[in-house]
Amino acid sequence: MSLDLGLPALERAAPRLMRTEPLLNMRDISKSYGNVRALRDVDAAVYPGEVMGIVGESGSGKSTLLRMMNLEDTPDSGNYTLRLPGRENENLFDLTRYERRMLCARNIGIVYQNPHLGLLMKHSSSGNVAERLLIAGERSFEVLRDKAREALDASEFPLDRMDARPIELSGGMQQRVQLAKAIALEPALLLLDEPTTGLDVSVQALVLDTLKRLQRDRKITMVLVSHDLGVIRTMADRVMVMRHGEVVEQGLADQVFQDPQHPYTQQLVHAKL
Amino acid sequence: MSLASLTKDWAATSYGFLDASAKRELRRKMLKAIAVPGCQMPYASREVPMARGWGTGGLQVTLTLVNSASVVKVIDQGADDGVNAASIRRFISRVSGAAETWDTLSATIVQSRHRIPEEIMREDQVLVLQVPNPEPLRGVEPNISIARQMHADADYGKLWLTLYEQIVRKGRIMQGASYPAMVNGRHVMTPSPIPRWDVPKLNMARHLTFLSAGREKRLHAVPPYTRVEPLVFSDRPYQVEDHADLTCRRSGVRGFFMNELPQDGGGSVFEVSDSNLGIKAIDKADGSAIEIGETWYRNGEYSA
Repeated sequence: MSLDLGLPALERAAPRLMRTEPLLNMRDISKSYGNVRALRDVDAAVYPGEVMGIVGESGSGKSTLLRMMNLEDTPDSGNYTLRLPGRENENLFDLTRYERRMLCARNIGIVYQNPHLGLLMKHSSSGNVAERLLIAGERSFEVLRDKAREALDASEFPLDRMDARPIELSGGMQQRVQLAKAIALEPALLLLDEPTTGLDVSVQALVLDTLKRLQRDRKITMVLVSHDLGVIRTMADRVMVMRHGEVVEQGLADQVFQDPQHPYTQQLVHAKL
Repeated sequence: MSLASLTKDWAATSYGFLDASAKRELRRKMLKAIAVPGCQMPYASREVPMARGWGTGGLQVTLTLVNSASVVKVIDQGADDGVNAASIRRFISRVSGAAETWDTLSATIVQSRHRIPEEIMREDQVLVLQVPNPEPLRGVEPNISIARQMHADADYGKLWLTLYEQIVRKGRIMQGASYPAMVNGRHVMTPSPIPRWDVPKLNMARHLTFLSAGREKRLHAVPPYTRVEPLVFSDRPYQVEDHADLTCRRSGVRGFFMNELPQDGGGSVFEVSDSNLGIKAIDKADGSAIEIGETWYRNGEYSA
């Protein structure tokens, strides 16, 4: 965070309209893989009900950051808190494996770019959704089925195929199953790692539509990682631009796209338009 | 003093076939297994004069438990007279001087493959089950390291997911044998390939049960009076096989687990799977003074 252009610092300060405390707060996250510094003193804050977009080129550290938000990876140093009841000031990186798993299952949903990472391909789609509920301790078959149906319906998955295996489904459908699985327990935080990359443009638009509607109806807090500025532009309220493991610029989406301050962001926006 | 004076004289064999250190290790692991019901304990599975997969795990536990006062019964698929059962029983008797029996009531050690006897076992009896696969999570998690973490975390959601899938695909739970069961409310075990019919017999049983897998080198135990609850959905009760109304064509006993014998023409007849129970019933009908013990199932209903 060593950007000094003599401009009002947009990076650290929350937008003035935000009066609430952030739901997600990451401070000074650093991570190296051998000689490669994947993340360098990254700060991030996500407010309840907003969509935070993270853009950046391949290798900029955006996926590493998202993996840490999902507690799949721990940094070399840094602090991560989520404003969940009873856990306000707890550094989540200090949790044990068991606590981490329970916390993730109940409070964090994730959609991966590659559905093979997020889904059990040989189980039914409804079973994939039900697994989340099973981890949370639901033991009634009828309830499992109803809730799975509800979540699949909310992600606009055709219910007549709810018992088809994901491997038999199209890419867009697989992403919808992932989404249903992620929202089944009504998580506080939904992480989206390139959710529409690899889908054709029309399907991409449909999936984004679903995401937007979900966001509107349920006010889910989302973090959306993408290298596609178009996707970020449609979805995100605020944007974080990453490069070489650092956040080079962040602010309201419109602001960043209309009036990029950092040379890299300018390049990026320019390249897109 | 020389080392030789402290050790026993060389002998061609040691008592109970296994050498003393092997038995000591097994005893320690068996005690551990009793201390943590349902938790799998690794052990160094020794060579016995039998191929792995034919009951070497059960045999090693039996050889460790056995003494000259023991009475050993060995069952293979419910029968005492199978080649495998007869050979194991004779071997145990030859290396330990233990008596052989077919009768569940007079046995002190019952080594079994696939079945638990129908007659209720007592506190002074030990059941040793031969297990091919001791890992209930194998079907859902091929990575053994992760499976161990899942046991540590009591992360058994995927096992329920397997049952969910069976209901979705087939309309009912299809798992016939090795039905996963929660032991003492903590560890899920696979109770060897015993049929669903036999799993309730382990719940709060009076006898001690060892389940040992020689090829996989792991054993676990169900101590007496320990809860064993098959995994079920709260709205889908556990069901045993539909054998309550079947009658054995030879002995006429009814309401026990049966072997189905397919006949020419598509039909089938049934014989009681616990063969010694059938033999005793026949002898009793012939007028011999034979005692048939209390059974776990009465008139086809489980009641213990």
